[in-house]
Amino acid sequence: MKVLMLGWEFPPHISGGLGTACFGLTQGLAHHGVEVTFVVPKTWGDEDQSFVRLVGANTVPVRRWVGVERTESGPLVAAREPGDVREPEDVVHATPPRGPVRAGRVVEELARTKTLETTLRLLEVESTLRPYLGESGYLQYLTEVTGLSSEELVRRFQAAPEDARRAVRELQAALFEPGVAGASVDTRRIEAVLAREEKLAFSGFYGPDLMAEVARYALVVGEVARHEPFDVVHAHDWMTYPAGIVAARISGKPLVVHMHASEYDRSGEHVNERVRALEQLGLGAADRVICVSHYTANTLRTRYQVDPDRLRVVHNAVTHKDQVEGWHWEKHVPEPIVLFLGRVTFQKGPDYFLEAAARVVKVEPRVKFVMSGSGDMLPKMIERSARLGLARHIHFTGFLKGADVERMYAMADIYVMPSVSEPFGISPLEAMALDVPVILSRQSGVSEILRNALKVDFWDVQDMANKILALIRYPALAQQLTEEGRDELSTFRWDVRGKLVREVYEEVVA
Amino acid sequence: MTSLVFYFQVHQPFRLRRYTFFDIGVHDGYFDDTENARIVRRVAEKCYLPMTDVLLKLVEKHEGKFKCAFSVSGTALEQMELWSPESLANFQRLAATGCVEFLCETSHHSLAFLADREEFEAQVKSQKARIKALFGKEPTAFRNTELVVDNRVARWAEELGFKAILGEGADHLLGWRSAHRVYRPETCERIKILLRSYKLSDDIAFRFSNRAWSEWPLTTERFASWVHALPPEDQFVGLFMDFETFGEHQWKDTGIFDFMSHLPEAILRHPRFSFATPSEIAARFDPISRLDIPHPVSWADAERDLTAWLGNHMQRAAHEALYSLAPAVRKAAAAGRTDLYEKWKKLTTSDHVYYQCTKWFSDGDVHKYFSPYSSPHDAFIAFMNVLDDLARRVARVQQETPVEIPTP
Repeated sequence: MKVLMLGWEFPPHISGGLGTACFGLTQGLAHHGVEVTFVVPKTWGDEDQSFVRLVGANTVPVRRWVGVERTESGPLVAAREPGDVREPEDVVHATPPRGPVRAGRVVEELARTKTLETTLRLLEVESTLRPYLGESGYLQYLTEVTGLSSEELVRRFQAAPEDARRAVRELQAALFEPGVAGASVDTRRIEAVLAREEKLAFSGFYGPDLMAEVARYALVVGEVARHEPFDVVHAHDWMTYPAGIVAARISGKPLVVHMHASEYDRSGEHVNERVRALEQLGLGAADRVICVSHYTANTLRTRYQVDPDRLRVVHNAVTHKDQVEGWHWEKHVPEPIVLFLGRVTFQKGPDYFLEAAARVVKVEPRVKFVMSGSGDMLPKMIERSARLGLARHIHFTGFLKGADVERMYAMADIYVMPSVSEPFGISPLEAMALDVPVILSRQSGVSEILRNALKVDFWDVQDMANKILALIRYPALAQQLTEEGRDELSTFRWDVRGKLVREVYEEVVA
Repeated sequence: MTSLVFYFQVHQPFRLRRYTFFDIGVHDGYFDDTENARIVRRVAEKCYLPMTDVLLKLVEKHEGKFKCAFSVSGTALEQMELWSPESLANFQRLAATGCVEFLCETSHHSLAFLADREEFEAQVKSQKARIKALFGKEPTAFRNTELVVDNRVARWAEELGFKAILGEGADHLLGWRSAHRVYRPETCERIKILLRSYKLSDDIAFRFSNRAWSEWPLTTERFASWVHALPPEDQFVGLFMDFETFGEHQWKDTGIFDFMSHLPEAILRHPRFSFATPSEIAARFDPISRLDIPHPVSWADAERDLTAWLGNHMQRAAHEALYSLAPAVRKAAAAGRTDLYEKWKKLTTSDHVYYQCTKWFSDGDVHKYFSPYSSPHDAFIAFMNVLDDLARRVARVQQETPVEIPTP
C-alpha cells in the first residue's frame, strides 16, 4: 500500500497539533507496512542547517526534494538525495536542548524505526502555506516569511510565466465559482485545467493571496502526482483539499480527506464562506472522510451534510518521546501555577480561562495564572484581565516555541484547555506527559477518550474554578490524575491508529 | 435436609449534590433530596413494591415453608419513611409473617470497621434498636457492609451478641472446602459464619438475563435441578444478593418475577430440600471446622476485596479525611449538635467512596452504572468540598481555632 500524503510541518518546524498529528500518523502507518510519500509545503530560505546535518548524522534515508520543477529531460529532479548530506557523525548529540533539539529527538526516534527507512519519502514543495493561516493578514505574513515588500511580491507574480498564472486563475475559478455551501463542484472544469500540457514553472513565485496560493499548490502537487506511484491520496485539512482532489483526478486514485479542524471550530458561527466552500468541496469529493473525533464527525454530519457512511473516526495519539536526561526545570515560585497554552483565539476559549481565574483568586489569592500563546484575541485578553482585577495574578508569556513549551508545561501545577470547540486537542496529552494534571473542555474530541482528566463545559466558569481549587486543595486528586494518566497516555499509540487508517485505505483501494 | 437461605440486601445512600468550592461556608444542604426521592420512588415502584408482593404471596402460598432474610440499611429505612412509606409497610408485613428474618448491619452502611471501632459499634447498636422498633424482633445475625468479613469483624460481631455472621464464599478463602457448610471464624468462640454460594447466587443476580450465557433462558426447573443435584451433606445454600436484582438490575420483562414466584415450589418438590433463615441455620448446625479470614473479604468484583472502595489515592484520602473528623464530630454531638453528627454519619455511607472508584476504567462498566457523577474525580471533589464545610461547622461549635481538614 502506497499513500500520497498531503500533510503539514515535517520536523523540525512543528508549530501545532496538525503537524504533530501528521507526523505521528506517518509513523503509525509505517508500522503497518504502508509506504508514505509525504508532501509538505515549505518556504525556501528557511532551511535549518543543523537539522539537515542531524538527519545526516543518523543517515536516515529520507529523500528531500527541494522544490519541484520541470527540466528539459522531463521528470522531476531530486535536488538533494540522501547521499548528499554530509559528515555523518559530527553533529548533534552535544547540542544544547534548544529549539532544534526537540525536533532532533523526534528524528532520532524516526531513525530507530527501521521500517521508516524504506517507507517514508519526504517531498518539500516550495510554498508559503502554513497551518492556521487566514485570508486576512496573508499578505503581511508573506512579506515576513519572504523578506520581500508587498509591491515586490506582486511584481514577481506578474513576472511569472503567463501560462502558469493562467492555470492558477482557472483552477481558482473552477474551485470557487460554485462557491455555495453544499453545491456540487464541476470537476470537469478542474480536469480541463489539468489536461493542459503547459510547462509549469512554479519556482520562485507565490500566489498573491491565500486562495491563489492554495490553487497554485494544488497544481504543483498535481505535477508530483503525475510522477509518483501511489494507491491512495490522503489530504489533511482544507488548504490541501484542492491539491488532494487534483492529485486524485490526475491519477484516478481514491481520495481520503482528514478533518482535523473545521471552519466552525475555528470561527464559531462567523465562518469564512470561501474556506467553508473548500471544505465542502473536499468532503464532497472524498471517498472517505477521517475525523479526529466523534465530536468532529457530528459537526460534519450536521454542518456539511456528509453522508455518515463515508465518515470514519480515528482519534489522534501521542508521540512518545524519550525522557532526555537533565530535562527538568526547577520551579522557582512557590505559588500554584495554572496554565493556558495555545493560540489566543476564539476557538481556544481564553476569555473563559480569565473568568475562572477571577473566581479562583477571590478565595485563593496566591494562585498564579499564565496565558501562553499569541493570537488575535491577545490584546483584548490583556485588557480584560486588568478589568477583572487579575493584573497581579496573571502573566502573559506570548508565543512560546521549542523547549520553552515543555518548560512552561513542566512549571505548571494545572493545565486548563477551555476550548469552545476542539475537534481533538492534543495539548492536554502533552501536559500529562509531563505529569501535569489537566482540566479540559467537554467540547473537545480528546475528552471522548481521556479518562484521567477533569472535564467541564467551557461556559461553566464556576465549575472550572471549582475544579482548579479542588486540585489545589486536595493533593490526592492531582496524584490520582497524574499517576493513572501516565498509564492511560501509554495506550494512545500511533501504531494502533495507523492500523485503523490502513483499514480505511483498504476500503477504498479496489 | 439442605436448606436454601435467601438473603436480600436493601440499601439507599443519601447522594450528594454537586457541592462546589463556592458552596463551602455558604450552606450545608449537602444532600440532593430531589434526586434521592426520585430514585427511591423509582426503585420502590420497580422493585420494592412488586417484589415484596411476590414474597408475601409466596409465604402465604407455602404456609410457612418459604422463608427468606433481609438486611435493610438505616439510610434506606430513613428514605423509605420519607418518600416511600408504602414500601416500608410491606417490609413490616413480611416481618409479621414470622417467615422473614431481618439482619443487622451498620446503620449507615459504612466502612467504620476499618477506621473507628467506636463508630462501628455505635452504628450497629443504633441499627439493632431501629430493626427491633420497626420489625418487632431484635436481630441475631449480622452482615457487614458489602458482606466484608475478616477475623476481627467476626469477633466484634460476636462480642456484640450476634449468633451468626454472613460472608462471601470466596475461593481463596475456602480452598477445597464447601461454602455449603457452617464454619466458625478463627478468632471466635460462639458465632457461626454462613457463606454466600456465589455461583448459584450470581446465576440469578447477574446472569439471569444474559443472552450470551449458555444456560439462558434460566427456568425454575433448571435451577431447581442444579440445587437438587447437591450432595446430601450440604447443610445450606446461601443465596445472597442485592434486592434490586428484582426489577432494577433484571427488568420485569426478563421474567425475573415469574422465576421467583415459581422457584419455591420447584425446590420443595424434592423432600430433601427446604427454606430457612440464617439464624435458623446457625441454631441447627454446629460448625464443621474453623475458618481463618486474616484479610477482609467482600462480595465485590472478581477480587472479592476492598479495592472498589479504597483502591485509589482519592478514595483513601477521602476515607482518612472523613474518619479523622470523627472525634470532633462526636464532641460536637455531645455539645448538642447531633445534626452535624448525623450529617457526618451520612457521609460514612460506603457509596460515597465507591463513586470515586477508577477500577471500571479497565474493569467494565459495573461501577459506572451505579454512580450519579459523570466521573469518579467529580465524586471526589464534591465529597471533599462537603467535608471541608462540615469540618468548619464542627470547629465553630467547639469554638476553637478553625481546624483545617488534614490534607491527605
